[in-house]
Amino acid sequence: MDRAERLTLGFSLGLLGLFFIAVVYASAGRNVGVPTCIVDREPFERDTLFERQPGVYELQMIARMWEFRPGEIRLPPGSTVDLYLTSLDVIHGFMIEDETASKAHMRLPALMAVAVPRYTGQNVNLMAVPGAVTYARVRFDRPGRYKIVCHEYCGDNHHFMNATILVQ
Amino acid sequence: MRMVLTRSERRLLLLELLYPLVLLAMGVYGGLMQTLMRAGIVQRDPFLGPNYYQGLTLHGVFNAIVFTTFFAVAFGNALIPYALGKRLKLRWAWLSALLMVLGSLMAAAAIFAGRASVLYTFYPPLKAHPAFYLGLTLLVVGSWVAFFNWIPLYLGWRRENPDQKTPLAVVGMLATFIVWLIATSAVAVEILFLLLPWSLGWTQEVNVMLARTLFWFFGHPLVYFWLLPAYVMYYTMLPKLAGGKLYSDAAGRLVFLLFIVFSIPVGTHHQYMDPAIGANWKLLHAFFTFAVALPSLITAFSVAASLEYAGRLRGARGLFGWLWKQPYFSRKQWLFSYLIAGLVIFIFGGISGIINASYGMNAAVHNTSWVPGHFHMTVAGPVLLAFLGMSLYLLGQASGKEVRFTGLAVAAPWTWLVGVLLFSFAMSRGGLLGMPRRTNMGVTYLNPSSPFYREDWVLWADMAVVGGVIMTLAFVLYLISFLGTLMARPAAEPALVFPLAEAYHDEPVRALANFRPWIVAALILIVIAYTPVIWDVLRSTYENAPPYLPGSPLPVQPTGR
Repeated sequence: MDRAERLTLGFSLGLLGLFFIAVVYASAGRNVGVPTCIVDREPFERDTLFERQPGVYELQMIARMWEFRPGEIRLPPGSTVDLYLTSLDVIHGFMIEDETASKAHMRLPALMAVAVPRYTGQNVNLMAVPGAVTYARVRFDRPGRYKIVCHEYCGDNHHFMNATILVQ
Repeated sequence: MRMVLTRSERRLLLLELLYPLVLLAMGVYGGLMQTLMRAGIVQRDPFLGPNYYQGLTLHGVFNAIVFTTFFAVAFGNALIPYALGKRLKLRWAWLSALLMVLGSLMAAAAIFAGRASVLYTFYPPLKAHPAFYLGLTLLVVGSWVAFFNWIPLYLGWRRENPDQKTPLAVVGMLATFIVWLIATSAVAVEILFLLLPWSLGWTQEVNVMLARTLFWFFGHPLVYFWLLPAYVMYYTMLPKLAGGKLYSDAAGRLVFLLFIVFSIPVGTHHQYMDPAIGANWKLLHAFFTFAVALPSLITAFSVAASLEYAGRLRGARGLFGWLWKQPYFSRKQWLFSYLIAGLVIFIFGGISGIINASYGMNAAVHNTSWVPGHFHMTVAGPVLLAFLGMSLYLLGQASGKEVRFTGLAVAAPWTWLVGVLLFSFAMSRGGLLGMPRRTNMGVTYLNPSSPFYREDWVLWADMAVVGGVIMTLAFVLYLISFLGTLMARPAAEPALVFPLAEAYHDEPVRALANFRPWIVAALILIVIAYTPVIWDVLRSTYENAPPYLPGSPLPVQPTGR
């Protein structure tokens, strides 16, 4: 190997190492996680929302062709939600979008809309799979309309499948 | 070196080039319709077009699975015998081609009949007609036969030339199919043991997470199976087309061998947002995914160094002068434009790929239209352009005809570059705003009279239409050149001549001489990466699922329909 090759290889390895350190830091230091394997949870067959402690809710949600249940969820600002999700039939997707922030982004001039990413606060992005339960903890601080859109193809009416979380 | 083709060899090659191109043309039309329907510009099933999800299945299966597999086999059938100076065993080659044609026809029939609208990932418990699964299996088995047909040629050459290095082109093609063989074994298990018996009604239920995990064991290495034939062209032909030499032969060998090791234990990065798999194992797959970016970074250097060498031979000065001394628009070296345009697109494809693999960051983009934005810059970028360019090249060689309309042939990849970058930027940007992938948003989210209307997505869906139209136009330019060549009179005897480059640094490296240690390393990594994942899936899924059809929320009755 000549000098240029050695330099490039070193630079490439350094770059990938840096990325990996960033991932580990985000995951361990900033608590940016991904869903994990849940085995200590009884399967549920009905959707429920209840307040476990003051301000802390537990939401058991079932996705099905072609709706989420419950379809509209009302929460006070500052709520923390422990969200458990499964599917009754096929695989569905689940993503929470802050629609109020999205609309605000629309009001930017077109050029800025291209350049300025929308602030999303936090991302909740899950798969609803039959026979398995997934989990995420979400905090809703800002009042607004949060939309849940199914983002995994689940049959003919997939594009109608959505739900709303109203924080007010 | 020239290799004169017999009539049977010529017919085999032409079949393997023309048949998938017909399917690809349908897939491209499907793609155009996707963008129009997604944006709500076409709100009904179009004239001469399938409905949205049927069309999406067709687009994915024809373009990403059938066309790519056929091309890789055709390319290997031409390049390996040429580089080794040996003849292909034609009986087996024909068997492989016929299996692939039969299989793809079965899958296509199921899709056209509307009985397989399950998309190209065919996630259960959405059920397709058994012909769909069986057809895909035959397609894969046909490609295995082609691979097994090359192995005796390679081993024979090694025996006869014990002191020589295997030609780099052969190393690249064999690496491609080693990755393919290991990867497709998992999807074969998924189809033969889980999906096919369940689709036929022999078994009642299927473990959805297990099927998903086996699919992605295959699904990510699949992208390297697409990419590696393009890499073979970048290493062995691009430097010669530019008028120079490959900078380092050993770097090329190392890259292909690293792909064997690292391309497979990465599939769980498609399942970061799935339940039933431990977060720690997802992180392990993230680490391996970064490792597989290494060979691509080495390639970026090798290609740039080779082009710099060619540029300096032509009198380029200064640090970056060589960038302007390349035959970007040369009608004589028209193949160069396909390879280089693909590489430019791949810069963005590679960066967005690293983003997808970045564990927690994936939550921002998973299953949004960011993802098709990314893979149109990879599989519809370097892969498609290299395959199209080489298809045209092989057509000329195998039929003994001069390539016609080279001006259009050069314009096609650059037009494609403009279209695909516009399209992918629009899709990626929309994805950051939450636009879902694989969704006919035209009737709901992008329909102003719908209660679900999302005006903040409109701009990006419309921009994707502009990109899609330009991409279709580029494909038409290509087709004119392709069909013009096909219709031309033969100018010479059909014979293969590949522009294979010499190497600037050509020292032999013993560690890179054999596949075996690298294959063993790959298998060890697979066991390390997948044993805990499969274990998690099996212990944390509490029930299996019966089959469903896309049109009904009730499961398919076990007694049949």
